Amino acid sequence: MEEETHTDAKIRAENGTGSSPRGPGCSLRHFACEQNLLSRPDGSASFLQGDTSVLAGVYGPAEVKVSKEIFNKATLEVILRPKIGLPGVAEKSRERLIRNTCEAVVLGTLHPRTSITVVLQVVSDAGSLLACCLNAACMALVDAGVPMRALFCGVACALDSDGTLVLDPTSKQEKEARAVLTFALDSVERKLLMSSTKGLYSDTEQCLAAAQAASQHVFRFYRESLQRRYSKS
Amino acid sequence: MAAGFKTVEPLEYYRRFLKENCRPDGRELGEFRTTTVNIGSISTADGSALVKLGNTTVICGVKAEFAAPSTDAPDKGYVVPNVDLPPLCSSRFRSGPPGEEAQVASQFIADVIENSQIIQKEDLCISPGKLVWVLYCDLICLDYDGNILDACTFALLAALKNVQLPEVTINEETALAEVNLKKKSYLNIRTHPVATSFAVFDDTLLIVDPTGEEEHLATGTLTIVMDEEGKLCCLHKPGMFPPLQS
Repeated sequence: MEEETHTDAKIRAENGTGSSPRGPGCSLRHFACEQNLLSRPDGSASFLQGDTSVLAGVYGPAEVKVSKEIFNKATLEVILRPKIGLPGVAEKSRERLIRNTCEAVVLGTLHPRTSITVVLQVVSDAGSLLACCLNAACMALVDAGVPMRALFCGVACALDSDGTLVLDPTSKQEKEARAVLTFALDSVERKLLMSSTKGLYSDTEQCLAAAQAASQHVFRFYRESLQRRYSKS
Repeated sequence: MAAGFKTVEPLEYYRRFLKENCRPDGRELGEFRTTTVNIGSISTADGSALVKLGNTTVICGVKAEFAAPSTDAPDKGYVVPNVDLPPLCSSRFRSGPPGEEAQVASQFIADVIENSQIIQKEDLCISPGKLVWVLYCDLICLDYDGNILDACTFALLAALKNVQLPEVTINEETALAEVNLKKKSYLNIRTHPVATSFAVFDDTLLIVDPTGEEEHLATGTLTIVMDEEGKLCCLHKPGMFPPLQS
């Protein structure tokens, strides 16, 4: 099936109000997702969160080098390319975080001695980049038909100096924040799969609870976009 | 008998110990290994420290050099950490460019320095816009037996406390820097971040200071870095590995 589905969804949490696009309190930016847009990878997806955009491609299950082969499960590899310049140490660190999150949900034991490669290309970065990468990776894995035990999503939140929480921060909000926390949550039990933080803070639970509430919207968006795609065929 | 069981079913062997709330090396679940620190052993470095957490050994050497500051931060110096995991420390590392584990550890240490504000970068400024100090912190692992992140953070903190910078004045006539090696002063360390790593077993049990074997058997790891005021500098949870049984 070569059809593309472009799904737009404006997601707002109950408290988000105001004439400005981001009211005080919790609200996520405009989401958009496009699947099956590249012809060579087995699965591909482009995920947009506000102005942040990441393109993901998945190859797999495919041939694996004997040195990287694991006898009873698939070898997962993640490659993250920044928008400008060569990949550096920060990209390696993010690749490790995304890879471990994918490994926790992908049913690798169904495809032993194969490799599943997720390639992420940053198209534009306007805040919450790691969360957007996680969402794009999940949508691309679904598009490729890789068996998974759950879907996962990334949610970023920023804590500013007076303790207010902002979900899905823009680059400006991230720079001014005291701390930026990114969580990866699974769709079945909203369990915490991965967490990466930057800055000084003291209250993790409040941020985690807000992220879990926001993840519901992201999963609803996944479900709606997939329903729309498969109902056409 | 026990050695045979351990080779064939390492996870089951381990679970037998966890049921009794202890570990094969005799420690409690919340107990750290014996920690030793040796400060100032490298005379050619401006600051150094050697940390041993059980068998895990990490040495940190700090060298201070001059650099020109960047134009968007003319009064800030640099702190550049680099973690090296040579083939000496473990059979799983090969010689060549830094592998993934070394790069992740380097990024982790860079994040800890940035987040905890251990050194105010303005303190490293000699002459705004012209000359600043850059501290190259090289962390080399000599023996890898798990919990590398805790050992590296500790070694870095100890080495930075040991660093002595000479006094530098800029001669107005020649515009050259004059270094007075006789007058040295310690760095102003503002906070003392401490890292604690945990291994997660079967999604429920948390074990402090995992050894190499425990890290391999665990479902996931978690590292928390806190400063003395109880603020969290870093919560590093790089995901869960899928349970072996599924």
